Amino acid sequence: MTIKGKAYIAGIFEHPTRHAPDKSTAQLHAEVAKGAIEDAGLSKDDVDGYFCAGDAPGGAWPMVDYLGLNTKKLRHVDSTETGGCSYIIHLGHAAEAIAAGKCSVALITLAGKPRTGPMPPRAAGAELDFESAYGATTHNAYGMCAMRHMHDYGTTSEQLAWIKVAASHHAQYNPHAMLKDVVTVEDVLNSPMISDPLHRMDCCVVSDGGGALIVTTPEIAKSLKKPQVRLIGHGEAMKGPRGGKDLDLTYSAGVWSGPRAFEEAGITPKDIKYASIYDSFTITVLMQLEDLGFCKKGEGGKFVADGNLISGVGKLPFNTDGGGLCSNHPVNRGGMTKIIEAVRQLRGEAHPKVQVPNCDLAIAHGTGGLLGVRHAASTAILERV
Amino acid sequence: MSEAKKYPAPVTNAETAPFWEAARQGKFMIKRCTSCGEAHYFPRAICPFCFSDKTDWEESSGEGTIYTYSLMRKSPTGPYAIGYVTLKEGPSLQTNFVDCDLTTLKIGQKVKVVWKSTDGAPLPFFTPV
Repeated sequence: MTIKGKAYIAGIFEHPTRHAPDKSTAQLHAEVAKGAIEDAGLSKDDVDGYFCAGDAPGGAWPMVDYLGLNTKKLRHVDSTETGGCSYIIHLGHAAEAIAAGKCSVALITLAGKPRTGPMPPRAAGAELDFESAYGATTHNAYGMCAMRHMHDYGTTSEQLAWIKVAASHHAQYNPHAMLKDVVTVEDVLNSPMISDPLHRMDCCVVSDGGGALIVTTPEIAKSLKKPQVRLIGHGEAMKGPRGGKDLDLTYSAGVWSGPRAFEEAGITPKDIKYASIYDSFTITVLMQLEDLGFCKKGEGGKFVADGNLISGVGKLPFNTDGGGLCSNHPVNRGGMTKIIEAVRQLRGEAHPKVQVPNCDLAIAHGTGGLLGVRHAASTAILERV
Repeated sequence: MSEAKKYPAPVTNAETAPFWEAARQGKFMIKRCTSCGEAHYFPRAICPFCFSDKTDWEESSGEGTIYTYSLMRKSPTGPYAIGYVTLKEGPSLQTNFVDCDLTTLKIGQKVKVVWKSTDGAPLPFFTPV
């Protein structure tokens, strides 16, 4: 069985806020849910599947109640928690549920306010006593990946900087982006070192906000007014040091989720016109591009250099909303906004300055957790019908 | 800097208590599976490779090489260097590098275990040889 073509993304909404001290987290979930349902042209009572992750206050059942979803109708729930890529995994799981007839209109929400105040700590795993004292954070965990990638493949800070440069070129056209100024490679290299070898401009922003999706059946999607975008391939995977034997920080679980998605879709990376790639840090993008097969392992530095990721300039336009590096990073989780910008590109709704002409195939890919410690990855391949 | 730093005491549990008891005597323990012969870290009762329950405690040399590191330039307790060490016995593990000039660390550098006291069992760290 395959999910290829069995589920459509009919509604998208990205919250315009980047700082929301005046709103509750549950309220933000409701606002993005409302936005996505209205974007689809459906109503709340049409929703019969609900998907959320660890950012939803209290989890699925308090959210279902708070949102006032029709519980006589709601027949499928999924609260898979895999950090920032949870929502890309939810998209695949929604497609599976729809293909199996378990629901017909799935709502996926993400929202939170890390810019307003600190997020609750992640629950610890069995490694607690053997790792917690060493202060792994996002910055240094991804710094460790970059350090080893540079050692093994000669990747440079200049090459990493090109990823931020490309994101900034796109962000200048996004009125909601937190950082709208176009930056240069020198700007990135001259920004303060945060955790070697990552500079401040190698890091994404911290923002409040959220986003939501409506995933539905082909029949319902075809009855709606929006351009049709369907999921044709999906993959998910996890990776960790496994007893210390498998430690290799130069690749991510994308080496497994990517090929699974491409195989299901029946296409190759060469067919992709637009790529949404989770950009928690510049190194995250570089490693994932390699892992997904856009270039060979170790050649990501060359691939991203000289504007190759800039829409209208390079071969692989990426994160045309400015991504996490410049636009937003709601709840410190990038998966949702990656899907939303990919759908905008496929619908032809991206900003005209960054819209990819005749964009019919796009990828949305992300990771969750810490790339340098333990993480999940998920890949979605989307097609305009 | 690192001498002044206060480290949290490990909580420990029934599965890992022997590691921390040995740590109090300055012994750095890993586990080895007698079914498949593989060593692993952190210690588990069931081998993460072959799933056998025949895992034995083994004292590690405490010597290894730096697999990678990153120097966190600022934190509430000052700069620190996190990284991974690949032990002579095979397994790699997460740690901090201490008692050295943090700006001169290099991948491939030889390091050895050092212990830092807490209110409970001491914690293992690594320092260049």
